[in-house]
Amino acid sequence: MSREDVLVSAAWSEENLNTPGVVFVEVDEDTTAYDGGHIPGAVKVDWKNELQDPVRRDFVDRAGFEKLLSAKGISNDDTVILYGGNNNWFAAYAYWYFKLYGHQAVKLLDGGRKKWELDGRPLDKETVERPATEYRAQDQDLTIRAFRDEVVDSIGKQNLVDVRSPDEFSGKLLAPAHLPQEQAQRGGHIPSAINVPWSKAANEDGTFKSNEELAEIYGEAGFDGSRKTIAYCRIGERSSHTWFALHELLGHQDVKNYDGSWTEYGSLVGVPVELGSGKEG
Amino acid sequence: MSDGCGAPVQGVDIEVGDNEVVLTGKVSTADGPVGGAYVRLLDASGEFTAEVVSSPEGDFRFFAAPGEWTIRALHRSGNGQASVSAAGPGVHPVSVAVA
Repeated sequence: MSREDVLVSAAWSEENLNTPGVVFVEVDEDTTAYDGGHIPGAVKVDWKNELQDPVRRDFVDRAGFEKLLSAKGISNDDTVILYGGNNNWFAAYAYWYFKLYGHQAVKLLDGGRKKWELDGRPLDKETVERPATEYRAQDQDLTIRAFRDEVVDSIGKQNLVDVRSPDEFSGKLLAPAHLPQEQAQRGGHIPSAINVPWSKAANEDGTFKSNEELAEIYGEAGFDGSRKTIAYCRIGERSSHTWFALHELLGHQDVKNYDGSWTEYGSLVGVPVELGSGKEG
Repeated sequence: MSDGCGAPVQGVDIEVGDNEVVLTGKVSTADGPVGGAYVRLLDASGEFTAEVVSSPEGDFRFFAAPGEWTIRALHRSGNGQASVSAAGPGVHPVSVAVA
């Protein structure tokens, strides 16, 4: 897979805003950004209200995903270009989520909303309506999704890549530094995990680093390309960003995203937790 | 508990907990405060820690830990950065000019 198969530039995107069969989708947790101005023609997906089950802690089911994409006017044949704020965290999450339900023609807008805005490219507030479709999804591709028991079993055997900040990894903080620190669960990380913050994979403007730079970053951190890999963070969105870098850009096979991540693992009774930088031993 | 990762609204008065280290201020150009700037919190080694977007009034806020921090702002009109030292809990003001 080449970089062009999974990433598009802001310049390409601006030239293809009206290309038939290409649908731009803004994905965020806070959709006020979209409402204040979005890429012309883009539809919005609310990460929390539309992709998460409203009752159970899980995703909307296959039928729910079909209903959502049908209502958004996205068809099985469309190429979906995802972008969003927070350095594409939620867009990367949606990318992984679209792949989970079998949509193959999906790409990320490199740099997301940040790059688009810093470039001074056009945004508008037009209401976007697309004719409804009859979208059909596949069963979840569980080769890219990890659950807790598998994570516990993988300690010391697989690459566990903790992509949170060093202070979250060590147990000093329970959430990123732009959020209040009111979490209830234990701090720390999964034993044997390496810490490669998601931000290492991104340039300052939100675009992904080159494959050469990425390979060096993960290699230096102790990533073993011959092993299976599970990436995790706090709620699974930053680790989607790293899953994208490892699986889609670098082409590593058998890389899973653990969407339960630290909010689940750090609340489990009886599982091992490691504190500190993990580099002492 | 916050189950999301979106930043709270920037610039609104908040209660600061006894142990919280809050770094807060405005991003400005020569013409005054600017919203829509990408404000990045870098630790003492220059490593990225967090990012928020400044409010329409130019405000930003981070919940950090004691230490030496750099605040770097990116905006359509230019970039800039400032340093702040947080010895302990409390509100630590810092402003950033971009050009």
